[in-house]
Amino acid sequence: MLEARLYLLQRASAMLLVPLLLAHLVMILYAIEGGLSAAEILGRTRGNLLWAAFYGLFVTAVAMHAPIGLRNILREWTGWRGRSLDFATLGFGALLLGLGLRAVLAVTV
Amino acid sequence: MQDTADREEMLTVEIWRGREDGALQTYRVPRRESQTVLDVVTWVQRNEEPALAYRFACRVGMCGSCAMQVNGKPRWTCRTHVSRVAENGLLRIEPLANLPRIKDLATDMAPFFEKWQGARGRHEPTRTRHEPMAPVSSESPARKAANAGIECINCAVCYAACDVVGWDENYLGPAALNRAWTLANDERDADKAGLLQAVSQSGGCHSCHSHGSCVEHCPVGLNPTAGIAGLKRMTLAALMKGEL
Amino acid sequence: MMRASRNHPGWWAALGHRLSGLALALFLPVHFLVLGLALDSDAALDSVIAWTDQPLVKVAEWGLVMLLTLHLGFGLRVLALEFLPWRDPLKTLISLGAGASVLAGLLFWIVAL
Repeated sequence: MLEARLYLLQRASAMLLVPLLLAHLVMILYAIEGGLSAAEILGRTRGNLLWAAFYGLFVTAVAMHAPIGLRNILREWTGWRGRSLDFATLGFGALLLGLGLRAVLAVTV
Repeated sequence: MQDTADREEMLTVEIWRGREDGALQTYRVPRRESQTVLDVVTWVQRNEEPALAYRFACRVGMCGSCAMQVNGKPRWTCRTHVSRVAENGLLRIEPLANLPRIKDLATDMAPFFEKWQGARGRHEPTRTRHEPMAPVSSESPARKAANAGIECINCAVCYAACDVVGWDENYLGPAALNRAWTLANDERDADKAGLLQAVSQSGGCHSCHSHGSCVEHCPVGLNPTAGIAGLKRMTLAALMKGEL
Repeated sequence: MMRASRNHPGWWAALGHRLSGLALALFLPVHFLVLGLALDSDAALDSVIAWTDQPLVKVAEWGLVMLLTLHLGFGLRVLALEFLPWRDPLKTLISLGAGASVLAGLLFWIVAL
């Protein structure tokens, strides 16, 4: 029952993303106050395990959430179906997870 | 005689003729009081176009056979008054969307009813006719949920209104899933597991994006989106218990 | 083709939800790559941040944040429709709520920038 599992994953990640996203929005607002700089951002995030955990979780949830939505859009709007689509969107998820975790690493370690 | 006809208020009616590769043809139809869209189609068939193909039976909103696209929206034509839908005296009447066209306003309803079967939209009994009838409380939450969905007349208006039906040829559609939801809430039904599996295939309840076009257009005021959401919750519960 | 049967709040909300999600999904890899620049040096990240100071980029960034609040608002609508006990007045309420949250987001960011 692939569809039911994907549905569960997408809705569960969505529920997880709601509070994470709200926190992220507040963070953006806080960060842009008085202009952005690498030193300011990194000074806040480097060596902070809490930030690493927060954004690590965020990236993981997004990497589950986005490919499932993308798969629906491609299925319904382009007619791309079957295994090749499943693997392509899985690959997109892996890309998001890889790049995302690398970014978390870059700003927290 | 000619004089009265000239002074008569007329409707401009465009009607689809032919199959997929057909075209709209324009007719002038006299406006009548309390006229329905089905009255208009019938007038054209009797006075202008004897070969015009269309379906109807009861004319009172029970049989579900007369649905067509009227000015772009699917409607039951026998209960749709011209006064409510004509735009500046213009009506555009086409066969129901999302179904293969047979001729003029008649569509092939077979895919619609096949999906009804695909959603396991039929009762699997727990008892035989030789046993006493099962007592079902009309007050139980499950029975109330089922009652909310059982007045469907199979007109396929929701099926024609649904975008996902148009995007995914496997999607079972609002009517079939609504039927499955009523059965899922029927304590006399013997095969819940089979039903939940049927609606969890590719094109099942999880394909619904809650656009709500079915709710907007259902002529008898049902809410298939709510029923499909119920199926989503029910299948999730089964999935997490390892029963799916 | 715009079908008449699509012109209702639920359909527009779903379209907004889908398009904002699509745009965010395409933007995310870029966002991650830019933050990853900090692996090389702080200066590399700073050079991108300096680039984002241009007015046009600022507008685009504001658009991205709007996309995020839009996707959140419309997503909450879907979750409410699917997981909250459904009553008909609730549907209107949810559409109004999604609209209000989007409007609030808009005001919020106009004030913020």
